[in-house]
Amino acid sequence: MPKKITIEPVTRVEGHGKVTIHLDDNMNVVQSRLHIVEFRGFERFIQGRPYWEAPVLVQRLCGICPVSHHLAAAKAIDMLVGAGNGEGLTATGEKMRRLMHYGQIFQSHSLHFFHLVSPDLLFGIDADPSVRNIIGVAMENKDLAVQGVMMRKFGQEIIEATAGKKIHGTGAIPGGINKNLSIAERNRFLDGKAFPNVDQMIEWSLGALDFFKDYHKKNKDLIDNFAAFPSSHLSLVRKDGALDLYHGVLRAVDAEGKVILHDVDYRDYLDSIGEEVRSWTYMKFPYLKKYGKKNGWYRVGPLARMNTADFIPSPLAQKEFEQFRAYTHGKPNNMSMHMHWARLIEILHAAEMMKELLHDPDLQGEDLVVTGSRQFEGIGLLEAPRGTLFHHYRINEQDQITMANLIVSTTNNNEPMNRAVASVAKDYLTGQEKITEGMLNAVEVAIRAYDPCLSCATHALGKMPLEITLLDSKDQILDKKRN
Amino acid sequence: MKEFVTITIDDQEIKARPGEFIVDAARRNGIYIPTLCNMPGVKPAGSCRICTINVNGRLMTSCTTPVAEGMEIETISKEIEDFRKAVVELLLVEGNHFCPACEKSGTCELQALGYRLEVMAPRFPYQFPKRDIDAGNPKLVKDHNRCVLCKRCIRTILDEEGHHIFAFRYRGHQLQITIDPEYGMNMTDELAQKAAKNCPVGALLYRGKHGFEIPIGKRKYDKEPIGSDIEKLKKVKTS
Repeated sequence: MPKKITIEPVTRVEGHGKVTIHLDDNMNVVQSRLHIVEFRGFERFIQGRPYWEAPVLVQRLCGICPVSHHLAAAKAIDMLVGAGNGEGLTATGEKMRRLMHYGQIFQSHSLHFFHLVSPDLLFGIDADPSVRNIIGVAMENKDLAVQGVMMRKFGQEIIEATAGKKIHGTGAIPGGINKNLSIAERNRFLDGKAFPNVDQMIEWSLGALDFFKDYHKKNKDLIDNFAAFPSSHLSLVRKDGALDLYHGVLRAVDAEGKVILHDVDYRDYLDSIGEEVRSWTYMKFPYLKKYGKKNGWYRVGPLARMNTADFIPSPLAQKEFEQFRAYTHGKPNNMSMHMHWARLIEILHAAEMMKELLHDPDLQGEDLVVTGSRQFEGIGLLEAPRGTLFHHYRINEQDQITMANLIVSTTNNNEPMNRAVASVAKDYLTGQEKITEGMLNAVEVAIRAYDPCLSCATHALGKMPLEITLLDSKDQILDKKRN
Repeated sequence: MKEFVTITIDDQEIKARPGEFIVDAARRNGIYIPTLCNMPGVKPAGSCRICTINVNGRLMTSCTTPVAEGMEIETISKEIEDFRKAVVELLLVEGNHFCPACEKSGTCELQALGYRLEVMAPRFPYQFPKRDIDAGNPKLVKDHNRCVLCKRCIRTILDEEGHHIFAFRYRGHQLQITIDPEYGMNMTDELAQKAAKNCPVGALLYRGKHGFEIPIGKRKYDKEPIGSDIEKLKKVKTS
């Protein structure tokens, strides 16, 4: 009898998702889907609000990456007040925002890798779930767990120093920033008295890369073949092709490395990118218009950024980037688990950039805001930890938002995550007589490689126990397991 | 007429000026009575009831009750504190007060009172009224979701010729502030800023300068609870 397996909710992710896997009589996987089953509605209820509220209001989409939303919205609002499009700010304004953003990348990537992913690597995909968690990591490998916690703390402290609060701050305002970084604030990150300093962060980032590379050597099959499939890759790159997480032009490459979107001004994103709605999920499917709904999908995030960028403008991360690119002989890397490798390279890059910025006297500047003439449409893009983030607003003459369109990183990765789920479901479940928790965790491991956070994509929060329901073709419950 | 009258506030004997309101006499003597609609030097409205105290055994609003010789006043008791807290809670559920995205957060008197009176969870059901934002005025955005109808804008914002710029319109639960279409359009920047500043909540937003421009940590109530400035006076006097 054909069967349908439901994994609901998906665990060690933020937000609510479920996976359904349909099996035929011979236990062959015939269809797998990742469903996003929550709905947020920010794009609707922000309508009517004054535009200057957007950076503060919309960041509430997320508790892990609020800074990304805060800054993407701020960049869009900069356009509305005539303060350029990510390039027209004062040196202090832009550098404070960049520091905030690197703090965000650093803390979010640390959370993603150490808290949510490392248990799978350290204990194995099919390990006992009561051990396979961050507490288990702390018991098994104290140093790794402590470093993870302290690295996240460092990033959060940077955010507080630049945005006023660790979560949901108010630093970026239309046309700039509301504070600079005092010498006393700066010194906290350099002297190592309150918490380990930025040099230690660089060292630990290198250590985390060594941990991953060592793991890779010992688990080549898993890291190289788990959920590996060819795809296009999209991200912002700096105009000279460098990795830039705050500002740039849109570039996409195909699975072979051919550039298929040529450094396009992101304000014209609507010419290049469309979004498809499918009835079984609240999350849309973006695609490159030129290649259509079927073939135009692409990946975003750390892996995509390593594939689109020509180089990384910080020396230690550049060295790691060269190794990363050499592994696939300069061709795009299409291995989902290499997302973690790419993520760790970005952690290192963020640490290096934070160090550079902390030594930059522009951060103590007094010229915080620029103004210009009013516009009625604003578009702001940046590279959030999980990938390219689009914010687009229109306002009326009374300063009220009339339209908001957000394409968040997770949405951009919708099709790839579905493909990854399908690939793993097929590899792990086909022909199996008994479905174990470990097999189903493998499906979740694929999702976690992309994103441990699903909520912002629909515009909840929660870590609930995994529930597995086994249904027949008439949706009658055959079995139910909860851990 | 006597030069002063003697009253007792919380077992402390103080000298008050004849005719002055209890809240002002208390304030001058470093005794903080929580207020919301009241502004020093402005004719009281007695609309919010937060400054309720016990005068000779009866609950009265301290902003509208003038002092009288021999008054025995109690400003702190379980009953009074619970009453004040209930008023703040009622105001919070009656409108749509979403502090996280409000630019007045940190300088909002209602929010500061919520913290000071330790409003932890709502006792009363949220009303979630459907209210509009009126962005028709070139200088101010009026958000009825946050208005507590304190009349501070009505009482304090007058143009040079003495015309009131703000007024009430409608009745009952539909009551709202409105801006005079003629005088409001000619409002100066200075007056518009004063209106936004005098608004104890985020109901009047000045378009030219937004609350988010003040970084977290430097906002009025970030470091000290509301009323601390008044209580400091007492410390100075007693030290």
